Amino acid sequence: MALTPSPSQTSGPLWGFALMFEGSDRAVDPSSPGAVTIRGRVLDGDGLPVAWPDALVEVWDSDQFARTRTDTEGWYSVVVAKPPAGVTRDGRALAPALNLAIFARGLLKQLVTRIYFPDEGEANAADPILDRVPEDARDKLVARPDGDGLRFDVILQGDGETAFFDF
Amino acid sequence: MRTPELTDVNPPYLFPAYESTVKRAPHRQVVVLPRGWFHHMPGPVFGRIPLRPNDNDLTRQHAGRPLGERILLNGRVVDSDGRGVPRVLVEIWQANASGRYVDSADPAFMPLDPNFTGAGRAITDNDGRFTFRTIKPAPYPGEVGSFYRPSHIHVSLFGPVLSSRLITQCYFEGDPLIAHDAIAQSIPDQKALERLLLRLNPELCEPGGIDSAIAYDWTIVLRGANATPMEV
Repeated sequence: MALTPSPSQTSGPLWGFALMFEGSDRAVDPSSPGAVTIRGRVLDGDGLPVAWPDALVEVWDSDQFARTRTDTEGWYSVVVAKPPAGVTRDGRALAPALNLAIFARGLLKQLVTRIYFPDEGEANAADPILDRVPEDARDKLVARPDGDGLRFDVILQGDGETAFFDF
Repeated sequence: MRTPELTDVNPPYLFPAYESTVKRAPHRQVVVLPRGWFHHMPGPVFGRIPLRPNDNDLTRQHAGRPLGERILLNGRVVDSDGRGVPRVLVEIWQANASGRYVDSADPAFMPLDPNFTGAGRAITDNDGRFTFRTIKPAPYPGEVGSFYRPSHIHVSLFGPVLSSRLITQCYFEGDPLIAHDAIAQSIPDQKALERLLLRLNPELCEPGGIDSAIAYDWTIVLRGANATPMEV
């Protein structure tokens, strides 16, 4: 008989002093080859920013990890490396993607979504995970070019709501 | 056949008694994926997160002694089969003995303790065990109109696979405030809430003397931590 897992609880808004560290928002050196800055806004069901101090944003895959927080207008920014294509355990090809997790006051459990890359049209079209996302929400999981980097907004609720994954 | 991850013991996203969920809970259903697609991939590399030898003793991070009741938190991280999970990063943060966080976002109803920060880190050993020495945080008043929150310590864990990433809180067994706390009561299952209770262990209490401490046991059960190649 499997043990009952420990349930999630909200991070609350008072974690900054403990979880943030120097350089936590940079998974890779910004000057290294392939480094890309991803920035975006986190918005709630009224279109208001989920602003400082509330939202902890983590971007990770099996090979990298970045942690940051939204500012007073709900913006976050991380420096990451575009990951290679992946493969599921049952052998399906996955387009390059990163996981983005949000922990915040008002989130009793993290919300997890995936960031896909705009220069991977073909791989994205064949990606089995994107294929499970309702069609009207699929495009929003593909980051869009923005200056030197990429833009990826996260809308927690309502119009333009981001697709989140069972986690 | 093992299907331990099918039990969802987590709170719902929308729980109106905890008001901040109302505008932040997604309206749409989350997308459900087969478990073998990405949940079981190796967890994020957290090696960049700084960890120093004394990071698990929150009573010795300053020149003086912190105020409050000293506690020894003896934890163990296990998978759903009860096996210890090694190399899990455990990060904790908490209020001080008067209910104040060092964090600049704290509303500052209560005084700071110059000898207490309230942040710690540890890595589990080969048997999944970790220890923190700290002080018992006080309950503190919540947002306007809500009750005092029960004493609690926030905990963040990075397990071996992506789906074992967990942030939660632990509470003190027998605290009458737990029954009135919207955040604790958002957990739909009583057995799951009990997973978050620190239990007094009289055997391990350190009696007498200036550094005596009350010992608590806590077992954390991680989802996905027992992933094997057989599970897809």
